[in-house]
Amino acid sequence: MSDNLKAPDPLVPVPQGPVPVLPTGSRKSVEITIDGATVAVPEGATLLEAGRMQGIDTPTLCFLENLTPVNVCRICVVELEGSRTLVPACSRKVEAGMVIHTDSERVRHSRRLVLELLASSVDVSTAPQFQDYMSRYEAEPSRFGPPGPPAAAGERDSARPGHHHAPDGSTASRVAQPVKIDNELYVRDYSKCILCYKCVEACGVDAQNTFAIAVAGRGFGARIATEYDVTLPDSACVYCGNCIGVCPTGALMFKSEHDMRAAGTWDESAQSQTDTICPYCGVGCTLTVHAQHDLIVKVTSPLDQDVANGHLCIKGRFGWEWVNQDKDRD
Amino acid sequence: MDLHFTSAEPTPQERAAIDGFLSRLPAGGPRRQYLLPALHVVQTSAGWISEGALNHLCRGLGVPPAEAFGVADFYALLSTREQPRAIAHVCDDIGCMPKGAESLCNAMEATLGPAGSTGGGPSAWQRSPCLGMCERAPAALVVVAGENPSEQAIGPATAAVVLGALAGDAPPEPGVAASLPQAGAAGLRLLARAGSIDPTSIGAYESAGGFTALRRALEMGAEAIFSEVTSARLVGRGGAAFPTGVKWAAVRREPAPRYLICNADESEPGTFKDRVLMEGDPFALVESMVIAGFATGCERGYVYIRGEYPLAATRLENAMARCRERGLLGDDIAGSGFSFDVELRRGAGAYICGEETALMNSIEGFRGEPRNKPPFPTQVGLFGRPTVINNVETLVNVPLVLTMGAEAFASIGTERSTGPKLFCVSGQVARPGVYEADFGITLREMIELAGGLAGSGKLQAVLLGGAAGAFVGPDDLDVPLTFEGTRAIGATLGSAVIMPFDDGAYLPAVLRRIAEFFRDESCGQCVPCRVGTVRQEELLQRLASNDVHGSREDEVALLAEIGRVMRDASICGLGHTASSAIESALARLPLPEEPK
Amino acid sequence: MGGGTSSYREMEEADTVVLWGSNARETHPIYFHHVLKAVNRGAKLFVVDPRRTTSADWADTWLGLDVGTDIVLANAVAREILAAGLEDREFIENATSGFEEFHAHVEPYTLEHAAEVCRVAPESIRRLAHEFATARNAQLCWTLGITEHHNSVDNVLSLINLGLLTGHVGRYGSGLNPLRGQNNVQGGGDMGALPDRLVGFQHLENDELRRPFDEAWGITMPARRGWHLSGMFDAMERGELTSLYVIGENPANSESDQHRTRRLLEGLETLVVQDMILTQTAELADVVFPAAAGWVESEGTVTNSERRVQRVRRAVAPPDGVRDDLVILSDLAKRMGCDIGEPVAEAIWNEVRALSPMHRGMSYARLETGQGLQWPCYDEEHPGEQYLHGRLWMRPVLGPLAPFSVCTNRMPVDKLTEEFPIRLTTGRRLDSYNTGVQSGVYPSPLRRGETLDISPDDARAYGLVEGEPVRVTSRRGSVVAPVRIDDGLRAGLVFMTMHFPDDVAVNELTIDAVDPMSGTSEFKATAVRIEKIAVAAEALSPV
Ligand SMILES: Cc1cc2nc3c(=O)[nH]c(=O)nc-3n(C[C@H](O)[C@H](O)[C@H](O)COP(=O)(O)O)c2cc1C
Ligand code: SF4
Ligand code: SF4
Ligand code: SF4
Ligand code: FES
Ligand code: FES
Repeated sequence: MSDNLKAPDPLVPVPQGPVPVLPTGSRKSVEITIDGATVAVPEGATLLEAGRMQGIDTPTLCFLENLTPVNVCRICVVELEGSRTLVPACSRKVEAGMVIHTDSERVRHSRRLVLELLASSVDVSTAPQFQDYMSRYEAEPSRFGPPGPPAAAGERDSARPGHHHAPDGSTASRVAQPVKIDNELYVRDYSKCILCYKCVEACGVDAQNTFAIAVAGRGFGARIATEYDVTLPDSACVYCGNCIGVCPTGALMFKSEHDMRAAGTWDESAQSQTDTICPYCGVGCTLTVHAQHDLIVKVTSPLDQDVANGHLCIKGRFGWEWVNQDKDRD
Repeated sequence: MDLHFTSAEPTPQERAAIDGFLSRLPAGGPRRQYLLPALHVVQTSAGWISEGALNHLCRGLGVPPAEAFGVADFYALLSTREQPRAIAHVCDDIGCMPKGAESLCNAMEATLGPAGSTGGGPSAWQRSPCLGMCERAPAALVVVAGENPSEQAIGPATAAVVLGALAGDAPPEPGVAASLPQAGAAGLRLLARAGSIDPTSIGAYESAGGFTALRRALEMGAEAIFSEVTSARLVGRGGAAFPTGVKWAAVRREPAPRYLICNADESEPGTFKDRVLMEGDPFALVESMVIAGFATGCERGYVYIRGEYPLAATRLENAMARCRERGLLGDDIAGSGFSFDVELRRGAGAYICGEETALMNSIEGFRGEPRNKPPFPTQVGLFGRPTVINNVETLVNVPLVLTMGAEAFASIGTERSTGPKLFCVSGQVARPGVYEADFGITLREMIELAGGLAGSGKLQAVLLGGAAGAFVGPDDLDVPLTFEGTRAIGATLGSAVIMPFDDGAYLPAVLRRIAEFFRDESCGQCVPCRVGTVRQEELLQRLASNDVHGSREDEVALLAEIGRVMRDASICGLGHTASSAIESALARLPLPEEPK
Repeated sequence: MGGGTSSYREMEEADTVVLWGSNARETHPIYFHHVLKAVNRGAKLFVVDPRRTTSADWADTWLGLDVGTDIVLANAVAREILAAGLEDREFIENATSGFEEFHAHVEPYTLEHAAEVCRVAPESIRRLAHEFATARNAQLCWTLGITEHHNSVDNVLSLINLGLLTGHVGRYGSGLNPLRGQNNVQGGGDMGALPDRLVGFQHLENDELRRPFDEAWGITMPARRGWHLSGMFDAMERGELTSLYVIGENPANSESDQHRTRRLLEGLETLVVQDMILTQTAELADVVFPAAAGWVESEGTVTNSERRVQRVRRAVAPPDGVRDDLVILSDLAKRMGCDIGEPVAEAIWNEVRALSPMHRGMSYARLETGQGLQWPCYDEEHPGEQYLHGRLWMRPVLGPLAPFSVCTNRMPVDKLTEEFPIRLTTGRRLDSYNTGVQSGVYPSPLRRGETLDISPDDARAYGLVEGEPVRVTSRRGSVVAPVRIDDGLRAGLVFMTMHFPDDVAVNELTIDAVDPMSGTSEFKATAVRIEKIAVAAEALSPV
């Protein structure tokens, strides 16, 4: 080591300094009226946040705390007096004097229709939250007729924007199609895709910045796709699985879960969820380990964490198989 | 960015086309905004966008290929699958329907096979929504890619002319005047020059009064122009009827840099006024933009023109080049110290890109998906900057306000609809075309101005305002054509579409075509519109075939519910209005219940 | 205290970020998410790395210096900051010591000199210096690229100098951050798993600090530091170390110069290995204790690179016959005549809190809820410190001044010669980790096995094509690996990982030169030669 004689003597402990003061943005508050109650909420809050502060449970599908609101699903709409249309609670910011109704007939109607339109076109069988909303808003997707036939593999991927085959109306068109299985880590079942954009955001600027998937096509032909529908191994995908983490419907699913469901062995009632820390690099992401009969079946990441904000890398997400290795009991 | 590419490589031709394009781009700065122009270059040179070409242009622009694919796959005029180099886009929309669109399609099918088939031959055909040439129905657009690319708008189209164009023959060019039955008539203000002067000559424009307003504007100063436009009570002509002065004021309050956009995407079925203006009087738009840019303190302007308007685009490019030569566009305009330039951006087949925020996303190189508002473009617009966006016709009114004076301008029309107005009259009238009239002319008078009804001569309905507008019946002919007058009868002036149908028209088929249009043109972003437009189309099919679920009343009630959620909960105007024409027809017109 | 001075969150608000010898995009992917937040906000990113890595692909400026010239570059950055008058005089005068000597020392390190030695454009060095010095908030981070060298401590000190020069330390948003390569490396050091430290990073050789331990445990601890890992191998060589108890390490694969490592391990009288996997080291052992996977079959805590102590929990039971580390150790203690009962993790932790002031406030109850706590956390009211060294901004400074260090570059020990003309550097890939015992099991679609990554120029010069097997030979060993052409490499530089020791034992090539202070091996700089393997044409053609 070179001349470094003035280094602090490691034998002398450094004294305890002051606790650093962190910059805190002091927020003004504004008054709004929600469902008849006048309340003060912090400036810059969304109507969703304002509602939550009042204990109002606003349904959301495309919103997630760690993603930028895209306000596309429209399930969260509320009535804003003076506005011609309903407004999305997840992204609309409070303004002084707003008068909001979160459960009017008009609001309930839109929410019900949104659920019916989705459930009549998408397989929501692995979206428990969605099912809850359906009963809350008495949604009857069958009003649009019996489900239409599924598309063949690749058919939806090669639809031309701005063109479609005219339906005869006897059945309700769906996005049903075969599951895409092209790697051993996760599968993509776009029959279950409600096009909430969350996976695109997680793969893109909101987290991973890998941009392996994007929305392609348009209208009812809009879909999540890699370029030219190439397989994930040919795409830019780095298997962080952050898209799986944010997908609200199970369209994106661990292959482990997919296989167990197919084999009829997936049993959530027999599963535990335990938070622990990733064993790989020194970043220290929290892993929520889902285990069934002492075997790890998948890993998620809690949203409210400053370290990882609900996201992981391939190692934390999938690198657990060795723990199961010597334990395959059934 | 750490981009990843598949192993696909471009062909030498694709590579050359892309490299040539890239070499013309300004150095430095974000390049994403050149994505759509780059995709156009590939489409034009190769006839489709191959994986290798996409990889190559993504490397050059630093755009992830999945995103670029998502953008390419958004536009109907771009193809992400190999297809013949010569494609005919044949309009089968509501304006062309009564004018033989279907038999034209049948003839195309007989020669080239089913629409969209890429059976290996050198050419193919597609069905297309309204091409903005309804006055010359039936219309077609022939696009030939390759070394000698061409784009030909044809109307009226016959199978022979379309097939000839596919093979490289130049179709007959009817001239702008054919679209302007009033051309040369006295008293025209907006149409004073169009159809009467050589639209490629800056001298002709100047001799016909061009640039007077610009000179006056530079003398008056921004503040004075702004207050003139405000006191003229100029209202936007793009469909949303928003007061232009209010919009300008909002942008003027915001910090620079600011941008001006001219919305020339005109894709509302039945609308063609902006095209005719740009083809017939392109210098007027350039002059208008300079004045508007000056008044609002914008540093740069963009014209976003629909991809199906090749002639208008060429004329505008020429007008801009001539103006630059004359120092009337670019740095230090006419020695005033004010610098302002305009860039032309071409759409690529997406009605939704006429929606102002979708248009901005399109320019920026993203999918043409509307943004949620607020924030409004006046605060957060193009590239996140405060932006004025106005329709072509709105802008062209600005010089008129300056030359006439606000007071004289405001005395035309009514209290709330001031100034002269262009109307797009097509369908069953004797002389379809763009007409200029003062606000307040009645629907009846307008139809008469266009030579009266054609076809059977017996009126069944008139579509007012476009596919996003409303049907009115024979009893409504005395409605004054103003924003407030149409609103009073539950209709809308929209983009000033006047499309009468005679009693021979089968309206359920027209409604279905409108439903189809919205389904095809929905960006697909929000649930009410993406799925609602599908369910609406399915339901209309059932009504038309009388193969209903439950009773007809149940179906009509369900249709109303679909319309309601689209109106209440969609993100943008497309969803909000996707059911209005259909619902208006069901509400006011006696529709046949039996399938035809 | 040895830890990153900032929190990850602060990264998001930085205006200038310097990643020095770190490919965080692949080795610390979630940390890189925070970097990306800054970059997407408009922060300037500089990546200093011999390879143009995927991290460098995000940089405004990549400084592709020659392996082992970091100190020259750092000194040149310092000189440029001083020459341009961009240093923080107030901070230097009040909070640091040794500035004059440092100033004089860096004077000869002109941009031109550094450009020549490091082979980096002078303009790039200038830009880094200016953007770093003028940023409101700047973050300087490093990883193994800096520490896996024979002069690793000097490397780090030369970077710390830059923080001191500009006042980019001890404030919210600015900091100096080593990114720990492995889970709980931070925690291991904090817990005293270093030759000269006790729990709480307290120095063993300080009588005052040692006394509480002696009192608590009723013993008298030797007041003399132990050996580093590489010191241990030297001691084995000298015959001074004859028995070894290895817990959770795999030196048979992970140490450099593997021929020597194995020979020494095999020569031990007793080798005990406690591990969750039967590693190659365990295969050499006399006794193996199969241990539970600490992160998921056991309770406890780990500490991450932002000094955050976090709970790990048992989510699944270990396989039959496999026991918790704690149980193994307490059992062993009992057999050795020291009955510590059957302690649970929390009890051990409370002992840590009793002996380590900086952990004192971290009760299990507090760690259990929320996201853990960052040390120092002196009492149960203390929120834990988001950034360190705030004391340097107190006037007068509380405690000792922060010293500048005079650092001189010494080129890698393994010299490039005509016989070994190519520099081999090593690192990690996104989906793999260390010797692959854990990461090698899951079916990663990204895994492509060991390769020799080589620049397009060298591939051409040696007449190599993608996928072709090639022999790589150093002064210590020789391996064969398929070629992978990487245009992020410059001529004369090749790259390998050590993720696949069973297939390609890269550590047979690396040198065991170590940094005398930290004991880290010089994995990053090996001299090799490359030989095309003459293969019969038919052997290459598909069967
Ligand atoms: C689906 C949709 C399509 C539109 N298309 C056009 C268009 O083609 N041209 C246009 O000027 N405005 C169009 N608009 C209206 C624009 O959003 C915007 O209001 C207009 O450009 C403003 O200009 P103005 O104030 O001069 O009318 C469209 C709106 C929607 C919702
Ligand atoms: S795959 Fe899942 S996350 Fe992605 S858009 Fe569909 S539903 Fe949303
Ligand atoms: S998930 Fe990835 S980034 Fe996070 S700790 Fe694990 S290895 Fe590191
Ligand atoms: S209303 Fe339709 S066009 Fe508008 S954003 Fe929604 S899906 Fe897109
Ligand atoms: S949750 Fe608000 S629009 Fe989807
Ligand atoms: S051009 Fe055919 S409907 Fe307008």
